[in-house]
This record gives sequence, C-alpha cells and structure tokens, in this order.
Amino acid sequence: MPMLHTVNKSPFERRTLDTALRHAVKGAAILLIEDGVYAAFDGTVVADKVKAALSDHKIYVLGPDVSARGMSEHHVIDGINVVDYGGFVDLVTEYDKVQSWL
Amino acid sequence: MAEPWEDDEVDGPVRKFMYVNRRAPYGTIYALESLEVVLIAAAFEQDVSLVFMDDGVYQIKKEQNTDAIGVKNFSPTYRALEGYDVEKLYVEKESLESRGLTTDDLIVPVQVVENDQLAELMEEQEVILSF
Repeated sequence: MPMLHTVNKSPFERRTLDTALRHAVKGAAILLIEDGVYAAFDGTVVADKVKAALSDHKIYVLGPDVSARGMSEHHVIDGINVVDYGGFVDLVTEYDKVQSWL
Repeated sequence: MAEPWEDDEVDGPVRKFMYVNRRAPYGTIYALESLEVVLIAAAFEQDVSLVFMDDGVYQIKKEQNTDAIGVKNFSPTYRALEGYDVEKLYVEKESLESRGLTTDDLIVPVQVVENDQLAELMEEQEVILSF
C-alpha cells in the first residue's frame, strides 16, 4: 500500500492540502484532521478541487473534528469517508507509512 | 474627600475597540484568546465591535459539539456577549459565501458587510486587535 497523508490545516488559510496532493502518488490516501476537515465540506470554493482529487485518492475525514466544528456528515462531499479515532488507527496500520503535513 | 480610585470619573474615556477574528476555532488558540480579551474589554465598558472574517466565521458556526475531541466548546459564550453590551458583530460576506455558509448557520445575529464597508468600519476605530 502507498502512504497515508494527513493534513491538519485549513485549505482557506494555508496551502498544505495542495502540497500534500501534489506529492501524493495515485492510490495514496488523504486523511483530513483538525482544521484540515474544512476541505471536506461541499459548497465551498475548494470543494471542486477536492472532488477532483477523489479520482486518484481515497479521502477520509476525522468525524470528531467535523462535529467539533459544527458540521456533520451531510456537509461532507460524497465519496469522502468519515472515520472515528478507531478508523484513524486502522488507516495508519493499513497504509505502509504516514506523512503528516503540518 | 474621595480618593481618586473611588471617584466614578476615573472610569476613563470610552474607546472604540475592534476585534478582528480570522482563525478557525480549536485548531489554534487564537479564537478562544480573542474571546477572553473581548470579555475583559466589555467589563471595562468600552465600545466593542467584533469582526468575523476568513476562517474566523467558523468560530460562530452553530451546533459545535466538542465531546469527542476533549476540548471545551466555547461557542455558547458568543451568545452571552449581548449581556455585556457587545452587540456589534460583523461578518464579512465574501468569507461566509466562499465557505458555503449563510447567516442561518451562525449561532448569533450578525450584520453581514462587504469588504469596503468593513474597511470603513476599521477606519472608525481607535484600537484594532487582530487574532
């Protein structure tokens, strides 16, 4: 399995997600955590870019960070999987390694 | 004769303070720190305005539930600001729209303003604190 990239910065404030996507090979996964979860919601100016990335990558978003920010699964772009902390751990074990983009 | 500190007149001048909130809650400490400073200024009966722009609009998103991340949900405090006579809350229109949000998503009543209106409001202030 390729690697899992985690992104914890808001896509509106930083270029971290763009950088992660630019350095992720096809088949690598993206996990959005903390302020990174804002990239997972539909109806934003970054949503099209994230939807386009779904063709090359599985994208996950951490549910507890979504709820904390007043959002819910129905705001999440179709095709992005919501995971809990247990799911986070599963992803870390499933992929060969993790790159944390900070 | 009253000591200076007993004199009602030592309250000092009322200044126009504006707090500019540009960060999302929880990811960094900025939002919570700003809120605490706002409450302090309000206790001194200053003329306080709050601006939520860029990711700052997320601070006042409704229905925040932080149970699972083990952090205090401070969003209900924004609703208490009215009780401290902090009633000038401005949200930048472009920031709201680019995030797919409307005023229905917000926990408090706000005045939505355009960039240029916000620039004018900023010019009217005496002190601006940015978080």
